[in-house]
Amino acid sequence: MATQDAPDLVDDLLAGKHRALARTITKIENRSAGYRDIVSALYPHTGDADVVGITGSPGSGKSTLVDKMAKQYRDAGEEVGVIAVDPSSPFTGGAVLGDRIRMASTSTDMDVFFRSMSARGSLGGLSTATADAVKALDAFGKDKIIVETVGAGQSEVDIVKTADTVAVLVPPSSGDDVQMLKAGILEIGDVFVVNKADLTGADKTVTELKNMLDMREADPGDWTPEVVETVAKSGEGVENFLGVLDDHTDWLDESGRREQQRHQRHAEELRNLLREDASDLLADELAARGGIDELVERIDAGETTPYDIADDVVGPLADCLEAQRD
Amino acid sequence: MSQESQRNIRCLVAKVGLDGHDRGAHVITRAFRDAGFEVIYSGLHKAPEEIVQAAVQEDVDVLGISILSGAHNTLVPKIVEGLQEYDAFEDTLIIVGGIIPEEDREGLQEEGVDAIFGPGTPMEETIEFIRENVQPRD
Repeated sequence: MATQDAPDLVDDLLAGKHRALARTITKIENRSAGYRDIVSALYPHTGDADVVGITGSPGSGKSTLVDKMAKQYRDAGEEVGVIAVDPSSPFTGGAVLGDRIRMASTSTDMDVFFRSMSARGSLGGLSTATADAVKALDAFGKDKIIVETVGAGQSEVDIVKTADTVAVLVPPSSGDDVQMLKAGILEIGDVFVVNKADLTGADKTVTELKNMLDMREADPGDWTPEVVETVAKSGEGVENFLGVLDDHTDWLDESGRREQQRHQRHAEELRNLLREDASDLLADELAARGGIDELVERIDAGETTPYDIADDVVGPLADCLEAQRD
Repeated sequence: MSQESQRNIRCLVAKVGLDGHDRGAHVITRAFRDAGFEVIYSGLHKAPEEIVQAAVQEDVDVLGISILSGAHNTLVPKIVEGLQEYDAFEDTLIIVGGIIPEEDREGLQEEGVDAIFGPGTPMEETIEFIRENVQPRD
């Protein structure tokens, strides 16, 4: 029924079954038992897709641009995967995932696989889940994968960093949005897209962006971020934008940065996994000691401090690891 | 204990065919969200194939179809057929909301609709039905 053995699921996914791909992403999202084995099995089949991250403030036109991108890619005969991440309520965990509604140009085309994900869970695993979902799409055989997220905080920045190329959307004539760019997003963009370029103030925003980019510190041999203008709604400028994305892809190959990027990404994945595993291990240990509340009550009562308890819990683990090391 | 899985009920709220009345769909979408569901809203005037595509790709637990146009007897079977084609029929809870005449209800349920909720159904009733009948994805 609903349950399917992991190896079967992987086989079905590799055989091109949409349902298996969808179910795999569900397992990744839910961190269902066995999802790690699935991702491990998919790993050798990944590495062929170009991954583009798209971020920008709400209302900057991300979803509409993604729709037009998907259309152009399809016209060029390429298979497309899209992952759209939306915020979820921190109170109920509920979410309205609304990006799909903009995918009008490619609806009913099953070769565009569009998946909405909610930014659920505060365990910091969102970028891991997104990266794993990208692997599933990659292994399935998608040529181009687009990861779309609202650029509001660190977790979103972490998500787009899992992409090969990052595009940042900036709506015209909003001083505040350019301000937002200062907060760490200027550094992650390979391409800056002034969308809605038919609105007044677009030229000014382009100039401001270029000035800000000129001021950034760059090493020789670094990619020089480009600023492009689009009107996603009409499709104007989208072809040029995709051309710049291709330029960046070529540059990654020629400069050898792709290898470097991969290496960093693998390191990041490993770090994240280890952090999660270590934290699971410690959660078990805390449960075995009567649960975290009991320990915290001792801190409340002034009997001990968080530092002492942390030392107390991690100490035996450290000893154990040391004893095992050769 | 470790690797606790985190799952939310995922739901597609679908408007299908030539039916421009989406107030009810919007209200339902919000109520589902507030109940802690992850809701994907299809938008207006979708073809059955588009609904199938969304339901399959999003791997939803629940497909809620809102129809007020009277075309349910043609549209719903097309959606069910599409879901079957992608092996997504068996474990998807299908509910229909809107104006469905009494004499059509049995036919739709034979087609594979799990429940029909007419106008005036309290929101809690629908949400409760979903919570009780959704098939667990592990």
